[in-house]
Amino acid sequence: MKQSRRDFFKAAGLLGAGITGLKTKDAHAGSHNILSEDRVGVLVDTTVCIGCRKCEYACKTAHDLPTEPIETYDDRSVFKKMRRNDENALTVVNEYENPKNANSPIDVKVQCMHCDYPACVSACVVGALTKAENGSVIYDPSICMGCRYCMVVCPFQGLAYEYLSPLTPKVMKCDLCFDRTKEGKIPACVEICPMEALTYGKRSDLLKLAHKRIKENPEKYIDHVYGEFEVGGTSWLYLANKEFASLDLPDLNTDPVPKISETIQHGVFKYFIPPISLYALLGGIMWLNKKKDENEESQEGEIK
Amino acid sequence: MNPSMKAAPVKKPFFTPGAIILCVIVLLAAIYSVFRFLYGIGYITNLTNMYPWGIWKAVLVAATIPLAAGGFTTAALVHIFYGKKYHDIVRSALLVAMLGYTFAGAMVMYDMGRWYNIWRPIFWWNGNSALFEVAICVMSYLTVLVIEFLPIVIERFQKNVNLKGFLSTFKKPIEMLLNLLDRILSPTLSLFIILGVVISCLHQSSLGVVMVVAGQKVHPLWQSPVLPILFLISAISVGFPMVIIETIISTRIFGIEPKMHILSKLGQIAGLILGFYLACKITDMAIRGTYVYLTELNVFSIMYIIEILFGVVAPIYIFLRKKLVTSTSWIFTAAILTALGILLNRLNTFLVGYRPFYDVPVYYPSLGEVFVSLGFFALIFLLYRAFVMIFPVITQPVEN
Ligand code: SF4
Ligand code: SF4
Repeated sequence: MKQSRRDFFKAAGLLGAGITGLKTKDAHAGSHNILSEDRVGVLVDTTVCIGCRKCEYACKTAHDLPTEPIETYDDRSVFKKMRRNDENALTVVNEYENPKNANSPIDVKVQCMHCDYPACVSACVVGALTKAENGSVIYDPSICMGCRYCMVVCPFQGLAYEYLSPLTPKVMKCDLCFDRTKEGKIPACVEICPMEALTYGKRSDLLKLAHKRIKENPEKYIDHVYGEFEVGGTSWLYLANKEFASLDLPDLNTDPVPKISETIQHGVFKYFIPPISLYALLGGIMWLNKKKDENEESQEGEIK
Repeated sequence: MNPSMKAAPVKKPFFTPGAIILCVIVLLAAIYSVFRFLYGIGYITNLTNMYPWGIWKAVLVAATIPLAAGGFTTAALVHIFYGKKYHDIVRSALLVAMLGYTFAGAMVMYDMGRWYNIWRPIFWWNGNSALFEVAICVMSYLTVLVIEFLPIVIERFQKNVNLKGFLSTFKKPIEMLLNLLDRILSPTLSLFIILGVVISCLHQSSLGVVMVVAGQKVHPLWQSPVLPILFLISAISVGFPMVIIETIISTRIFGIEPKMHILSKLGQIAGLILGFYLACKITDMAIRGTYVYLTELNVFSIMYIIEILFGVVAPIYIFLRKKLVTSTSWIFTAAILTALGILLNRLNTFLVGYRPFYDVPVYYPSLGEVFVSLGFFALIFLLYRAFVMIFPVITQPVEN
């Protein structure tokens, strides 16, 4: 009997809310307040992508990472193994079989998804990760402690770590080209893509575009925009012609990942009531027992 | 109580064959540490981007903390519930808790890429983060533990500060300092003791929230919104068994008879708390319907069953049988099982049950990780040994 982990999570959410006595809708990721209507994102159309990996090259150049010359990226043998973004490559492309047409495989670019309710931001002990107003999830290495809790909680494994740096290791992740977009440029990968498989723009516009494409070509796409609702929504959105789970885009709940934990955290620390009442309770017990103890001792003394 | 029984420094040679083996392990760990600090964490570990936490986090941080729970449970029992007959065990439990926490803190640093930023959480707050809460609680509890331990240091040195040569000029100021501390601490100590218990409860439970954020990445057999409650109860339940282990081992080593009537009582209390823990676990399982996972035969179901059968059910049985709980070897077995059960539970929650969604090789610890972990445990043992020889911790017959 195989059950999906999703169902358990629904029950889990209710249970968590019941215990802390809070309405689940009260709880939201810390980024909630700054989620701007105009936040940006990128739409990836996997049916258009040809797997030329130019985006990998552009990303490295834009982030000052070491790279081989661009010609080497034509080598398609790397697709034999599934690869993940790592400390030297913030984005990578993987290739999957196309059930409809064996000659044109499906290529899927992966990187940090820039969640609307990022688990990594909620988890980071010192707030080294933040959700910027334009939707980018960005990282400040100067206050990071290197605990790697962010990596443990990210549902997409969007972060990588410089394990071999002894003194100043950094968490490495896609930053949606925050520095470029600030100057009005578009992300490096979007700019270089020769097929226009990547579209950069306001997330709300991208969603409209995605649904329009699905509606106009229902035979070409499955009716699902990945990232629209997954973990509460992500800035990167995907279109495909087959189930996303088979493209290594995991089957996730629509609830923001940090919802339950933040509900619990806020429940415990609401005005510090639980800890203070526990203190008072224990203090009371101690005082009563002490009185009892003293009484017993003085009685014993009288008997003697 | 026998009037000649008193907590006093233990007088025995420090280096026994066992202690020497421990020293060798520590030395090995130290060699690995050189590589860790020269070439980075990745050099001696098997950690990957998919498995960012390994046994250092799981065993040393998540597991030593509940094992140090003997400190706050006995403090509560003796000072808050006035179980005065248990007074003999407070000091050793306190010492183990203090060492355990120091090492959990040291281990966190060891595992952190930028260890020199460990103080950051004091000023950079993220109230949403469970690990932030853990960090703050560990720091404050460690402070409280040191304060609770101070009276023992004062008792040792107050009347015999022994400084020779040019150091003797410091004798007066140190004596004054000790007296001053004594005067401040004696009346306020109970406030700190309660504080210690409250902080412990908070952070044992926040340790449970740590993995809640990992959501679907943790197998449903362990992932649960009530994890904080389960972690708290299990930490309390392992408190007395830890005291039992410490007492029996140290009395063995120092050739003193363990006080079985005290230990049996503690065992019975532990049995009851463990029973409550088991009930909570089963209720949680029933509500969320996760028992269906036990019908699949895989590493998850096997580990879960081992954890529950050997780590919870078996010790409950032993603790609650009158005949067994009064036997030194049985109660020792049960206590060890409980401790290993909690260790396994934390290991399962943080490591075994943790799977990223991608088809990547599963993490196994490297030799370096294993040796460093062993080294840390060995160091705790050695320091405990050294402390009980310097400070009046263990209750024993003393000649006047
Ligand atoms: S995909 Fe991961 S790293 Fe990126 S924002 Fe979401 S939780 Fe953070
Ligand atoms: S590794 Fe750095 S960014 Fe990640 S959670 Fe820890 S402190 Fe935050």
